[in-house]
Amino acid sequence: MDFERLLSSTGPYEGEVLRNENSYCSGVCCTYTQKQVILTKDHYPEVECTVFHNDIRAFGKDFERYYQRAAQLPGTRFIRSYVTIAGEVPDSRNVVLKYATFDDGVKEEEFDLVVLSVGLNPPAAARELAARFGIELNEHGFSAAPGDNPLATCRPGVFVSGAFLGPTDIPESVFSASGAGAQCGALLDHRRGKLARERVYPPEIDVAGDEPRIGVFVCHCGANISSVVNVPETVAYALTLPHVVYAQEQLFSCATNSAQEITELAREKGLNRVVIAACSPRTLEPLFRDTLREAGLNQYYCEMANIREHCSWVHSKQKEEATRKAQDLIRMSVARAAHLEPLPEFDLQVNKAALVVGGGIAGMTCALSIASQGHDVYLLEREKELGGVARRLHTTLEGMDVQDYLRQLISAVYRHPLVHVVHEARILEVDGYVGNFVTTVESEGRRLRIEHGAAVVATGAEEYRPEEYRYGEHDRVVTHLELEERLAAGDELVTGAETLVMIQCVGCRNEDRNYCSRVCCSHAVKNALRLREANPEMSIYILFRDMRTYGLKEDFYREAAEKDIVFIRYEPENKPVVTALEGGGQLRVTVPDPVLGQRLELDADFVSLAAAVVPAAGTEEIAGLFKVGLNPDGFFKEAHVKLRPVEFAADGVYLCGAAQYPKHLQETISHAYGAAGRVLTLLSHETVTASGAVCEVDEESCISCGACITACSYDAIQFVMTPKGRKARVNPVLCKGDGLCNAKCPTKAIELKHFTNEELLSQIEAAVPAAVEAEPAAAAV
Amino acid sequence: MCSGRVDLEFIFQAFLNGEDGVFIGGCKLGECNYTTQGNYDALSNVLIAKKIMERLGMYPDRLRIQFVSSSDGALLAEATDEFTARIRELGPLGPGEGLEADDLRLKLEAVLKLVPYIKLVERERLRVPRRTPAEYREFFASDEVNRLFDVLIGDKLAVSRIMTLLQEEPLSTAAIAARLRLEPGEVARQINAASRQGLVRYDEDRQCYALA
Repeated sequence: MDFERLLSSTGPYEGEVLRNENSYCSGVCCTYTQKQVILTKDHYPEVECTVFHNDIRAFGKDFERYYQRAAQLPGTRFIRSYVTIAGEVPDSRNVVLKYATFDDGVKEEEFDLVVLSVGLNPPAAARELAARFGIELNEHGFSAAPGDNPLATCRPGVFVSGAFLGPTDIPESVFSASGAGAQCGALLDHRRGKLARERVYPPEIDVAGDEPRIGVFVCHCGANISSVVNVPETVAYALTLPHVVYAQEQLFSCATNSAQEITELAREKGLNRVVIAACSPRTLEPLFRDTLREAGLNQYYCEMANIREHCSWVHSKQKEEATRKAQDLIRMSVARAAHLEPLPEFDLQVNKAALVVGGGIAGMTCALSIASQGHDVYLLEREKELGGVARRLHTTLEGMDVQDYLRQLISAVYRHPLVHVVHEARILEVDGYVGNFVTTVESEGRRLRIEHGAAVVATGAEEYRPEEYRYGEHDRVVTHLELEERLAAGDELVTGAETLVMIQCVGCRNEDRNYCSRVCCSHAVKNALRLREANPEMSIYILFRDMRTYGLKEDFYREAAEKDIVFIRYEPENKPVVTALEGGGQLRVTVPDPVLGQRLELDADFVSLAAAVVPAAGTEEIAGLFKVGLNPDGFFKEAHVKLRPVEFAADGVYLCGAAQYPKHLQETISHAYGAAGRVLTLLSHETVTASGAVCEVDEESCISCGACITACSYDAIQFVMTPKGRKARVNPVLCKGDGLCNAKCPTKAIELKHFTNEELLSQIEAAVPAAVEAEPAAAAV
Repeated sequence: MCSGRVDLEFIFQAFLNGEDGVFIGGCKLGECNYTTQGNYDALSNVLIAKKIMERLGMYPDRLRIQFVSSSDGALLAEATDEFTARIRELGPLGPGEGLEADDLRLKLEAVLKLVPYIKLVERERLRVPRRTPAEYREFFASDEVNRLFDVLIGDKLAVSRIMTLLQEEPLSTAAIAARLRLEPGEVARQINAASRQGLVRYDEDRQCYALA
């Protein structure tokens, strides 16, 4: 059928019989294979997993550790070899694979199951969709960005995101979508809010003093719950619990009609607390809280018992026990519900200005995108000049003129009336909270006090200063960035070299820095191709561990190999050695060649090192000021690696660019637009709502010991003078509701609302069925 | 709510309610979603609770903290199975240890009364300088911390148990020693200290001690 499609004039190659060959790397398969190994071993620890691979491309944030985790599982082998299918064993129908390793030569081995790690194609309809929108695709069938903005198309007003851009993982899909959204917003800014309608809730009924009247709704979740837990029996059980006046089952509690039913029944039966026995509150609690608001109840009267993830899904083979456990969970939730209190949420005014820290490509792109929608942006740059690391870059692999782009970007920043650049800036203090930050900055001898609603950390990264391979001792040992600068300057010493050796993975993928710097393989290939252009005679060697020219960059790797650039793989246990030759400026690089099985000696005029990308100096200080986290490698830690890639856990603070992890220029630009998109979502609102589940101090009980203050890493608690002396007081806006202070307070003076001692102890008590059936607690001992 | 919110009171109240084991789940150490790293506080509380459990004659294995991420379903299941098996092995709380119900109840009630005091000691004396799991384990296994527990908490615990018992009825030193399974000399020492502080008094008529 495929072949017939190929012959058709409406087929993929318009009737020509061509093989579908993708020259690019799909970027995601190495890591998804590792994930599948980990999952397989989770399910069946005894299964032996073998992964045949070419270069392992663990170039994403934390991917290197993930690879190690998979490779170190017992009974798991990663073998670097191409394979061919040698046949099938007739009896067992097992598959025989033939492969070769340097140590053992050609081998045949039998496997029960072979899984192909298949790459990504553009979807079948991509071409048609592109034609309909009048946008161009590249030769691979992905979006062909016409200029320097990867999210734009040749048609103004049409933007792209996700895997339409090329093979893409989840984080990049998410931030490119946000970035495309930001750019749409810039075009539609004058129409903002025209189609918005405000939600009106009925007035809240005060039931705080009333006897609890609890309604319990037990969800089938289709068959997810009810195929394991006996739902009707559980409903009947719920009706026997104290304060429960109503209980019923629902097929899907989250369906619109079910939610409406809860609202109506709450009114009809006079319920003042609702327990939903369904799934994890993480996903649907906001929906059910909304349902209560519709019924005129405070949303904090909602309680969820998770009888899906915590019960039916994990006990699918123990139906009776699962039913009992569901009842236990509901009993505990009912006990807590009886103690729930109505809580107010806070509406905070949002200051419409933004602060962007870092004036590199990321910071400038982000600042301009925010300013283009009418917001004041304060752009802080540590140095005298804007530009960051990009000042040292001259081209990209794809051929972009970086200096020209930078000049235009800097000029756009200075020309924009709403972008206020602060040079030689040092942040002294960051005060406040989402929507209302106050940042004190020192700049050129002055102190500025900047009020802003959102902040973006775009402080970038730096090149590691190598201590390896005679760097710093010998002037012919340079880094890739230095090589690029000298090449751009037309340094004849470089272009006239007879032999140049590049060494990859310098200062990372080791014990000190257990990550891949992502950009250096492409950087090496880029420099090699430029050198080849400048000097067709030069011998160029790239000594690498895994070439990680992922995505469409793979084409350039091929091109380099075709242009006689020699790639030699080395093992981390057996690194290349660089020695200075006596007399003259030459260096000798010795490297074991895995193919030839002997040590190669290369006499080089230049050695260029792929120095790691490391977090920028001052990263820790910035993290402390904004109270945001760093990952083990010292890069900023986003709120969620996949789903919230440009936000911090701290509300109102965002991040973009290489501060999050090393990035290519185009990726930095997308990331910066992505962060701008999130900032704009915040700044487009007049107010933000803060949770009511925050701590409060009972000043009568407070003994002013300060234990809570030292426990709080958000600086949410301070001493204040009261008529009764010095007491701790919580700023509810800064409190994140973790409740650490509660466990430290010796007098129970500080209490986390919605998770009070009374509420939690009632749940603990109800965990033992006897306790609810009115037996004295101690009798159980 | 963070695992660091789990109060010592919750742990001991659960045991008093008759639970045979208490399992606390928290995020992976060093992978806090916030800046608080509160799971280290949870770890510290668990290690403190285990020290106290040892001194009550309870198996410390009845309490377990497990650090798992939301994607570690298999690890959580494994840990839960292990824990359940271990609790089955230990048997019901009390009989498993050869402790009488009454004795155990008095001990747990005494500990619950001490929780505010333990929190103060924790703040002054039991803060681990560096937040690594190894440092925590080492710190809480050190002789110094063990001595600290004996002196600061061991004594207080004995007094607290005596006071709890005397709340029920006045008793003689010998009767207290028998009920609490303590050395009579030890009881006499604690009673003397308590009476100097004005906490207990000697009832001449009934020849026994009562709450002051």
